[in-house]
Amino acid sequence: MGTRTVLDGAEISRALTRISHEIIEANKGVDGLVLVGIPTRGTLLARRIAEIISRIEGARVPVGSLDVTMYRDDLAQQPTRTPRPTEMPVAGVDDAVVVLVDDVLFSGRTVRAALDALGDHGRPRAVRLAALIDRGHRELPIRADYIGKNLPSAKQERISVRLSEIDGEDAVTIGSGDEARS
Amino acid sequence: MRHLLDTRTLERERAILILDTAEEMAATQQRDVKKLPVLRGKTVVNLFYEDSTRTRISFEAAAKRLSADVITFSAKGSSVSKGESLKDTAQTLQAIGADGVVIRHPASGAPERLARSGWIDAGVLNAGDGTHEHPTQALLDAFTMRRRLFGDTSRGRDLDGVSVVIVGDISHSRVARSNLWLLHALGANVSFVAPETLVPYGAREWPVQIHHSLDEAIRVEQPDVVMMLRIQSERMHAAFFPNEREYARHWGLDDARLGRLTEEAIIMHPGPMNRGLEISSRAADSERSTVLEQVANGVSVRMAALYLLLSGERGESA
Repeated sequence: MGTRTVLDGAEISRALTRISHEIIEANKGVDGLVLVGIPTRGTLLARRIAEIISRIEGARVPVGSLDVTMYRDDLAQQPTRTPRPTEMPVAGVDDAVVVLVDDVLFSGRTVRAALDALGDHGRPRAVRLAALIDRGHRELPIRADYIGKNLPSAKQERISVRLSEIDGEDAVTIGSGDEARS
Repeated sequence: MRHLLDTRTLERERAILILDTAEEMAATQQRDVKKLPVLRGKTVVNLFYEDSTRTRISFEAAAKRLSADVITFSAKGSSVSKGESLKDTAQTLQAIGADGVVIRHPASGAPERLARSGWIDAGVLNAGDGTHEHPTQALLDAFTMRRRLFGDTSRGRDLDGVSVVIVGDISHSRVARSNLWLLHALGANVSFVAPETLVPYGAREWPVQIHHSLDEAIRVEQPDVVMMLRIQSERMHAAFFPNEREYARHWGLDDARLGRLTEEAIIMHPGPMNRGLEISSRAADSERSTVLEQVANGVSVRMAALYLLLSGERGESA
């Protein structure tokens, strides 16, 4: 069935620039800030946001990548998933303001798993959440602090975030997929 | 993957998946909080019909790091010593609600019997059966080689072209067999070194070079890895070699042979070592020795195996 593009490359880039400004504003600078992406595309987005922040503020923000596979609550219902590498900043996350970054915010279960996983790495001063797309249908009391675009969607629709680093282009598409999985 | 019974039928992709998963497990073991919630609420039974300390505590540590409940069942002082059959023991475990069974048994094929008989639904991990296989030992050995050879770039790689010489009592060794099948699948060149009396019947049909002289093997094979096996006196019911001194002189890794290895060659031993018999103290304590790494890696590899077998939805075929 038909797939249409809801965000193109320029729009993604503008959304990330706005999110970067909002993060700096809320944090009053970059002190104590750590960006942690959820693989695979969350990590790429976290790197891009760090890049934009360093252009604005002239200071580098540590970026990490946090695999949440082993913290998911649906492990027993799914075929076994292979865990992916976790790389946390050497300085750790204790007492830092951690901004979790993911591509699509949907049920909220991935974020819950990420909060558990993060807790095993240390005790941040605060944890915030940034998502490029918020498509609704939350199953847990979780909301994002920074959102690229709110995209009301039907539950069975399929939203794909494509990023040039691995997909060859920047785009967010929506299709009437049969299997509903972000 | 439902069971882990041997490495002979383990395909290359599966083996690399286990090794890569073990890399992630090893990374979690560097943190302050080493426990992961993946097997919360699951029960793993260690069913040991043979004495073992290393393998049992390694599996126990691995299962506990994954938040499973662990029940250890040793044959000594249990219902087995009263004559209970494997079937009845298995059905007892089923009734208790075991999700995974780690079994070591003196009879080759006992884990396979447990897995295929339909007595239990649990995933079965072979922790050593007779002279058949010891798959997690081979996996941890391959993991250790890969890490020593490739370091941080290990993920996704096989052991193509790596020369591995395995020395000692091959005929009684399930470790040698499991290593041969796994290393062969991963592309390594494997050689066995042993007196003819300790070469298993049929080994000439296997994908392995056989040498009788360790000196010749070191010269010809230029090994990247030398793996010494323990002389298992408890299995030596007949005279396979004249005496221990003669064995040490011909097939032991002594200081002179240590000096003839290539610069980067590593020395492995599954433990426990007989110092002065199959390996000299200098070899065992040298920088090249990976004995303690093998123990640490054993926990990561067993965590990976337990995770891949027990965490996902059960019921699909192997």
